Amino acid sequence: MADLGSTANLAAADKGAVAAAPGTDEKDAKRNFNYPLVKICDMAEELRVEAVDMVVTAVEKHPGNFEAAAQNIKELMDKRCGNSWHAVVGEGYGFEVTHEMRNLLYMYFGGNLGVLVWKAS
Amino acid sequence: MKSVRRTKIAPDAPTLGRTASMHSLRSANGDDNNGGGGEDWLPPKVLLKPAGQLQLTETELNEELTRILNANNPHAPQNIARFNHRERVFKASPNVDHLVVHFEFDGYMSYKNVDESSAPAPVKDSVAVVEPPSGEAGTATEEAGTPTPAAEAGKDGGEGLEEKAKEEEQKKPKGPLRNQFNFSERASQTINNPFRERWTNTEPPPQRTLSDTVNQWSIYDAYVEDQLQKEKAKAKAPAGGAGAKGLKDEDKNILPTETHTEDVYYKNTDLRRALIIIERMANQNTFDEIAQDYKYYEDASDDLTPSKGSLLPLWKFLCEKEKRKQVTALSWNSRFSDFFTVGYGSYDFSNQGPGMVAGFTLKNPSYPEFLYVTDSGVMSLDFHPQHHSMIAVGLYDGSVAVYSMQEKSDAPLFKSAPKAGKHTDPVWQVSWQKDDLDGNANFFSISTDGRVTQWTLLKTELNHTDVIKLRLEMQSPQEIEGSIDDGQLFSLAGGSCFDFHKQLDHLFVVGTEEGKIFKCSKEYNNQYLLSFEGHQMSVYAVRYNHFHHNVFISASADWTVKLWDHDEDKPIMSFDLNSSVGDIAWAPYSSTVFAAATADGKVCVFDLAENKYEPISEQQVVRKAKLTHISFNPFEPVLLVGDDKGQVISLKLSPNLRKKNKSGDDEATKLKNIILIARGQSPTD
Repeated sequence: MADLGSTANLAAADKGAVAAAPGTDEKDAKRNFNYPLVKICDMAEELRVEAVDMVVTAVEKHPGNFEAAAQNIKELMDKRCGNSWHAVVGEGYGFEVTHEMRNLLYMYFGGNLGVLVWKAS
Repeated sequence: MKSVRRTKIAPDAPTLGRTASMHSLRSANGDDNNGGGGEDWLPPKVLLKPAGQLQLTETELNEELTRILNANNPHAPQNIARFNHRERVFKASPNVDHLVVHFEFDGYMSYKNVDESSAPAPVKDSVAVVEPPSGEAGTATEEAGTPTPAAEAGKDGGEGLEEKAKEEEQKKPKGPLRNQFNFSERASQTINNPFRERWTNTEPPPQRTLSDTVNQWSIYDAYVEDQLQKEKAKAKAPAGGAGAKGLKDEDKNILPTETHTEDVYYKNTDLRRALIIIERMANQNTFDEIAQDYKYYEDASDDLTPSKGSLLPLWKFLCEKEKRKQVTALSWNSRFSDFFTVGYGSYDFSNQGPGMVAGFTLKNPSYPEFLYVTDSGVMSLDFHPQHHSMIAVGLYDGSVAVYSMQEKSDAPLFKSAPKAGKHTDPVWQVSWQKDDLDGNANFFSISTDGRVTQWTLLKTELNHTDVIKLRLEMQSPQEIEGSIDDGQLFSLAGGSCFDFHKQLDHLFVVGTEEGKIFKCSKEYNNQYLLSFEGHQMSVYAVRYNHFHHNVFISASADWTVKLWDHDEDKPIMSFDLNSSVGDIAWAPYSSTVFAAATADGKVCVFDLAENKYEPISEQQVVRKAKLTHISFNPFEPVLLVGDDKGQVISLKLSPNLRKKNKSGDDEATKLKNIILIARGQSPTD
């Protein structure tokens, strides 16, 4: 399910890339930004792919409900690779977190969401 | 009741002190004096009076004061007023509590002869000493504060117990005795298992802090940038091969600029200086132990075996770039005791290549201070004894060069031109001589082409003069006369080493590959002054003694080291070292000490004053390598040996190896005497 969702998004993104030539109006652009954009990530490649999928699934599952999405991400990650994961989903926030190295994902999604997932015990 | 002790303890307690009679005070003092019983011999005690004591006359002192003790507590409040609820007024309470409890003790045990003890249950006696708040009261309270309250308390308790026991006899019911002071308690304790704590501390997983702010515009910017990059990538992708080429071009562009910046980096003199200092610091840290040994370690076993010595290996100098080269020359700087140069080349005919001159300091064993690369292998080099920065170098291709450390460039200051007087065979030794009459520096070189050549450093060029051609067979003067025209037919001996007489500038000895040693003079260029026969194989080194100027020593491939007087054609002494002797050197501090480096990796140090037959130290310095050269530091007790693996090892001489004159003789006389003994004559002074 998650895989399907993400690939669909990625495909959309590719299309978006072509369409997003300079001059297209903002609405178009915003619609085209409907793909995950990993900003900072120090995870292993395999884990990263999986985590991005989880985030995408969770956010799509709970549209507009960031709290539920964040909780969903956290639970999935806890299940996937050990306890003490934290997730933040939101449109605007500042953060300073201490995380275990190789366990951090900071990504944008859907053109208006910032998602931060990290592990710290 | 006399309260003697109290008055002593608290003489100024007003209420109590008044009643005490002075008489009793005195008698108390008397008691104290006699208290020891039979201590009459003690000096009489002198009464120490407090400053403010009343002066009383004798009659006053003798006056008897009657003291009445009553049962009123002087501390008890006399004017207690309580609110009377019935009458709703405050009323003074007439009941003043005069009871003072001085001591209270709960007893656990009872004496078995007392009936009281027959109580059915263990009696818990409550004993209280109740006394009227008289003068005695103060005593008891005060004494309770003294260090032994327990003893007092016990006494009081005991008395009280007995008194009370009789009083309360009737009240208590009688029964069988249960507790008669003969307890028998039994207890045992099992061993407690010792506690043990064990813990480990794992390293926490590495952590990092990240901070950022998420907001709509930053998200938007990130997406836009991502889109632009994707577009760029797409634009490049169709280009295909062209793109790859472009990348390669970029690489090419990057590389040269990088090396360029690096160059600038190293040429910055300030930075260079800082780097050198840091390098020194690092080395000082790394080799601190060796440096300590170099300065302070003395082999303790030398005291036990006075006729043996040892060599302590110190730093090893290895030039990474010249690992496959052999050490072909060593020369200490005559001014800086820690500085020396090493020549790298190859003795192997089939394995020739560029050579190298490296200048090392003992302070930095890890990397040379400077490096000069030469076209051909370096075979010999020599530091100028006065001009400390000048190095003469002899190369395998027969040319000679002069380097100056003061020059900024790595190119030689002078180099012999291929046409002008260049040797045709490797230059086996170069040696600076005193400046000539015009003040020009000059040096000599010897080569297997049979020539000894003098090179003079003029302003712009290197001038050469052939000093002698080494004829293999030296004819008698008549024969030379006859055949002087066809001199070319004579085959020449291959010179391999030479050394100048320390005092007579014109005199020198030459060792040849044929094993012969010739004494020559600059003045006679086709005649030997003397020919020394003794060696069967190539002579690798000849050295004049530093003190006894007529004595020199030679080292040869025929495993022997021979000691000669340059006026005799037969050796005075011969030492067999069981291996080809690569080099030999006289110690600068003693006339009788010399060291030899052999092809089986041993360094042999002889002290003829100690032992004329055996080396006093024979030490394996390297394994699987031949030692090629050896050199004494002119100032410090340090020996350098080079091997054919490109390694130079510094060795510290133990105290026995650097003994100077024992008898106080002149160094030259010492060696002279030894030579006389060797010849079978008696030594003279």
